[in-house]
Amino acid sequence: MPEHDTGGTLGTPAQEVGGFLRRRSEQVAQRWADEPLFRTVFTVSRDEAVEAGKAIVDALAHVADTQRVEDPDAAGFTGVREQLARMGAARSRAGLSATQVSAELAALLPPVENLLVADLDGQEPERVRECTTALSVLMGTLRLVAMQTALSEVQALTDRQRLQLLEVATPVIKLWDGIVAVPLIGTLDSARSQVVMETLLEAVVDQHARFAILDITGVPTVDSLVAQHLMKTVAAARLMGAECVVSGIRPAIAQTMVHLGLDLGTVKTRASLADALGYCLHELGANIVNAAPDGAGRR
Amino acid sequence: MSEGFSRPVAGHVPVLRLGDVLLVTLQGDLYDSMAHQLQQDLSETISRSRVTGVVIDISGVEMVDSFLGRVLAEIAAQTELLAARTVVAGMRPAVAITLVELGLTLPGLRTALTTEAAMELLAQPIVPSRAGGVREESP
Amino acid sequence: MHTDAGVEARLPIRSDMDLVWVRQHVRQAAARLGFGLVDQTKLVTAASELARNTLVHGGGGLMEASHVADGGTDGLRLTFSDTGPGIPDLDRALSDGYTSGGGLGMGLGGSRRLVHDFVVESVPGSGTTVRVTSWVSRPPRPREEA
Repeated sequence: MPEHDTGGTLGTPAQEVGGFLRRRSEQVAQRWADEPLFRTVFTVSRDEAVEAGKAIVDALAHVADTQRVEDPDAAGFTGVREQLARMGAARSRAGLSATQVSAELAALLPPVENLLVADLDGQEPERVRECTTALSVLMGTLRLVAMQTALSEVQALTDRQRLQLLEVATPVIKLWDGIVAVPLIGTLDSARSQVVMETLLEAVVDQHARFAILDITGVPTVDSLVAQHLMKTVAAARLMGAECVVSGIRPAIAQTMVHLGLDLGTVKTRASLADALGYCLHELGANIVNAAPDGAGRR
Repeated sequence: MSEGFSRPVAGHVPVLRLGDVLLVTLQGDLYDSMAHQLQQDLSETISRSRVTGVVIDISGVEMVDSFLGRVLAEIAAQTELLAARTVVAGMRPAVAITLVELGLTLPGLRTALTTEAAMELLAQPIVPSRAGGVREESP
Repeated sequence: MHTDAGVEARLPIRSDMDLVWVRQHVRQAAARLGFGLVDQTKLVTAASELARNTLVHGGGGLMEASHVADGGTDGLRLTFSDTGPGIPDLDRALSDGYTSGGGLGMGLGGSRRLVHDFVVESVPGSGTTVRVTSWVSRPPRPREEA
């Protein structure tokens, strides 16, 4: 990192911009504090907004010193990424679209540019033009960094939500003493099957369940991968000392499975969740009988 | 290098006799040689004492690899030959998932959720066993 | 985008006692990196299988453990190497049921299913190196089936 003396006007345009930013850091930050982006994110006090602005100006100066004004991966940006992400996230939460946030970031350029031009008063017009170009490239890169950071935040959020959804979508229900069930709804991919398997087996331990029912009535398709996962779950449950019953294989799915040559092999299956429950209760020694021949409860 | 690691206990795995049943509790990480020793100890004890069942509690075991899996399967097969039954109890979910992924479903092994459930299972007369026991043939 | 943080531990594999150290080391390293319980167990089991292969078939050797990173994801890389006779037919050795050492024949093929990345290099006559890597699960996405 090249050393710079604060009053210096030597070196490349980028270095000159760096020196300027360092010198005018306070003024730039003061002006930014009045821009919508800072005003709306840092609501506690104006000082807070100025502080945040200064941090970004320092980062920009550092990047300019290293002459990498067009490089979003420049080391100087590292320190402010988190802050930029927080600002971007705050604006998104306030309901702004990415384009609007980007426009707000773009609005940070004019105040700095005016300051720079004022600072360079008296210099060659060519030099002034070069310096303002370097500055606007630098600010463009800042915008890129901010958007990049915001996007990766969004990605992280999506990932978290995905995970939460996986957990929410896998409720384990205790049907009876010693019998737990998971009604599966929606497509079973490999990630979800993994979560289902773990959740169900944990429930088997927690509930002392000798029986676990996997109800796939709500699963639209069963391919070989899903069938394989079902069989793995059944096998793992058996190793733990529980029996796993798969219920709700709809006729269409049964047909596909036969077509695909999928064999659930030794997996115990029942047509409906009710049948599966009946089977488990019977195995536990409790039998369900109809009170009257035409009584309710006929399936 | 070894500080902070729980040192596995060397020597024999204790075998407890409860009426007609031998109770073995495996805990932590076992040396291969200890598992072999247990296998030997068990068959000697069974042939000497005419027990009818063996319960191996593995609820304290954090990992079963193909070696330990094979030892368990062999113990079960051996006790069968000596007219006794072996039940492996308390396998943790993570261990079970891993064994299945490894490709070891140990189909001949009797299993139970807990030692109590294993005892109950052994108390039942020898018929095609129920849930938690040997897999039934589906009709 | 992989960065290799260098080898953090070297454990000899010369006896069944060393297998215990290998398992405990891998368990602790995986827990430190934030692996979930099931993934820890898978990794420890794979390490146990591979270390036993190194001991039984390779006549002993070495495990090296290192922390790796790919983008924002941490991983644990384990390298098992021996200077034994090597594996003459890798494809066959990787298939289930193949055994030359009296196990259940799940060692190599089985442990491959327990990790995310699996590389085996073997030169008949001069030794075998197996390198496995598992990543701390980001929100699960189907990676193996891709």
